[in-house]
Formats: sequence, C-alpha cells, structure tokens
Amino acid sequence: MIGLSQIVFFVLLLLSGFVIGSVAERRHRKSIIKRELQFNALPAIASRRPAEDRPYAQMLVTGSVVIGSDYFKTFLSGLINLFGGRVTPYESLIDRARREATLRMKEQASQLNASYVFNVKFETMRIAAGRVPALEVLAYGTALVATDQHA
Amino acid sequence: MLLSNLEFLPDRTVKRHLGLVQGSSVRSKHVGRDIGASLKSLFGGELKGYTELLHDSREEATQRLLEQAESLGANAVINVRYSTSSIAAGAAEIFVYGSAVELE
Repeated sequence: MIGLSQIVFFVLLLLSGFVIGSVAERRHRKSIIKRELQFNALPAIASRRPAEDRPYAQMLVTGSVVIGSDYFKTFLSGLINLFGGRVTPYESLIDRARREATLRMKEQASQLNASYVFNVKFETMRIAAGRVPALEVLAYGTALVATDQHA
Repeated sequence: MLLSNLEFLPDRTVKRHLGLVQGSSVRSKHVGRDIGASLKSLFGGELKGYTELLHDSREEATQRLLEQAESLGANAVINVRYSTSSIAAGAAEIFVYGSAVELE
C-alpha cells in the first residue's frame, strides 16, 4: 500500500510539473518575444568598443534572473542522461534565463535613454534550490548615452 | 565615483592606477524563502525570492568595492567584472572586482 501511494504521489508531481510547468514556460516565452521586439531598437552587442565617435556618457547596467526547472523537466533530463545527447529541456530553460536577463539589462538601459549597450558579459550560476535545479544568469554591459541627442 | 566595465574611458585619461579593488558578499536566504522556492521549483518558472536576494547581495558587494576605491582616493573603478559561485547548499558568494584609477 505504501508503495502504491508513493507511485501515485510521484505521478501527481510529474503531471503537475508537466502541466503547470509547460503553461508557465509558454507564457514566459511569449512575453520574452514580445519584449524583445519592443527593445529591438536598443541592441546589446559584445564588442568592447563603442561603434561611433560621437560624444557620449556611459553607465554600467545589469540584469539578472533566477529560473527554476520543474519536476517533469528534471525527471526527463534524468532519463536523457542515461542515453546521452542533447538535453533539450535544460536548453530551453537556460535560453529563457539568458534572454530574460538581457531584457532586464536593456530595460535599465532604456530608462537611461541609452542608444545601445556594448561590452556585454554573461555570468551563469547553478543554484541548489531543493532537489530541482535552478540557475541564475547575470547580464551586464555598458549603456551608451549620446550626449548630443538634442543637437 | 564612476563605475564601468570598460577598460578605457572615452575622452578621459587615467592619471594614476591605484590597483585592484574588490567587494564580496556571501548570503543565504531564510527558511521561509527556501520553502517557498522549493515549492515553486516543482512547477518551474522564476524564483523571485532568489532573484531579489542575489540582486541585493550584488549591490552590497558593489558598495564594498566603492568604499575600498574611495579609501584609496580613486575617482573611478574601471574594467569591473562580476563573478558568482555557490559555495554551499543555500549560500552564494557574489564577487565584484575592478581597477581603481584616478582620472584626470
């Protein structure tokens, strides 16, 4: 009887992780795409030097997010681990985290009226939040604010 | 005090290098947050409590970096880098470092 109830509990966790997790993921992805389109006019680039010679002011901007995996993803990744290969559930997780962090950095930059962010660096850290892995992504860069905007 | 992750600054010259300055902060979250996060982690999604915690922690580390730079008589810290490591279950270290300089 104990074995059966354990199995039922496990299946419930898997199911709720799958249903709620995938709904949340779809919603998040949608909002990321929407905001990315909004911030298309404010690019974030990796080059170490600004692309123009106009006078400008600069400011350090950062954006960070902690995103957790769900129970179903964790279980699925465990299965994939047995056979090797691309762990797609985590790929999508880390992709969302990185894009969200970039967006938050851009939000901060847009509040400063910056025209773009350069010298962008990423920092990723695994966080042990219970049994289910979570990760933090930090994006930071230099926001360039043109000083002759009104000229 | 100017803070930047550039190695140079436009239209400014570095008068004096004052060496490496750093700031760090190790934080863990309280149990309530932990329980909330582990519930949340069943279903996935953003763990806001942790996002805030690490954000605050990063601000504190940056503050310490600035204090150190100030005590050296610097007026800017350039080439700033962030580094993060989770040193134990439930605790993370945020480390910020950069070069303290005196700008003209």
